[in-house]
Amino acid sequence: MTLTRTMLITGTRKGIGRHLAEYYVGRGYRVIGCSRGEPDQPLAGYEHFCTDVTDEARVKELFRQIRGRGDRVDVLVNNAGIASMNHVLLTPMKTVEQIFATNVFGTFLFCREAARMMSADRRGGRIVNFATVATPLHLEGEAVYAASKAAVESLTRILAREFAPFGITVNAVGPTPVATDLIRSVPREKIDALIARQAIPRMGELRDISNVIDFFIREESDFVTGQVVFLGGV
Amino acid sequence: MSDVVEKARQSVLRAIDEYNASEEQKIPRSTEAVLLGPGGVVDSLGLVRFIVLVERCVEDDFQVPVSLTDEKALSERNSPFRGVGALVEYIASCLAPRP
Repeated sequence: MTLTRTMLITGTRKGIGRHLAEYYVGRGYRVIGCSRGEPDQPLAGYEHFCTDVTDEARVKELFRQIRGRGDRVDVLVNNAGIASMNHVLLTPMKTVEQIFATNVFGTFLFCREAARMMSADRRGGRIVNFATVATPLHLEGEAVYAASKAAVESLTRILAREFAPFGITVNAVGPTPVATDLIRSVPREKIDALIARQAIPRMGELRDISNVIDFFIREESDFVTGQVVFLGGV
Repeated sequence: MSDVVEKARQSVLRAIDEYNASEEQKIPRSTEAVLLGPGGVVDSLGLVRFIVLVERCVEDDFQVPVSLTDEKALSERNSPFRGVGALVEYIASCLAPRP
């Protein structure tokens, strides 16, 4: 008997998160998503929560509601993230706080609550976080974003060890630039210069990301944890 | 025994039942049970899992979110995690209505 698995994806209103929600609904998952606002388009087989990933009380309430109806999270994909490209000398502290709140604290909160749920019934689960090539490439103008994602990498590797006894794997995918709102304001020449530093010099596609996630969450990958896979040969 | 203490005790006993259902190390269903230290029945990882279950049961029974490992718990002179009785008392102190 094959049971329908439930996947929780953060940041599903648009962009990569929206693609992942559509993709995994299409693959037979029950998909739950969240973002601060309502999704732009409804999606059959998908349930949305209006939840700010930085709000601990709301995040706990989201998991409580899932558990309250007898459901569980089998796979968590921590996609929600924000960026702000700017020279450090021109970066307001408020921006730093917002980026770390969403990218690091939000990821931490969802990892913690999902792992509590996954460990309570001893059935384990899979967690996939989002890193970025901006970290290993040390991109100028992305100091805060890259630093926040470096923290996510570190979280990923340590949580992998802490959660392993509970049968939970924790990995991360590090995308190259993908044509979404996140990089809309980045000048084309900056994107081209970044792509030129990849082993495979092209823009990332949404399918490149879901392909790595597919690998992390497949049943046979239960011995794969604490890994950060960068796309494009970075 | 106050209502809050008794309700907290029931929550903890339910968490013990859930824990014992899947763990080799069993926690006695008693407020006398020692969790940590000499005579303790759980290791550090077992304690982590037990606390998660206790928090969940308390949240279900009291309908309020609780964190049993905040700074208040860690700064107590006597750890609330040394035994089941101490844990029940600590939970009740966290949930009792403030005057």
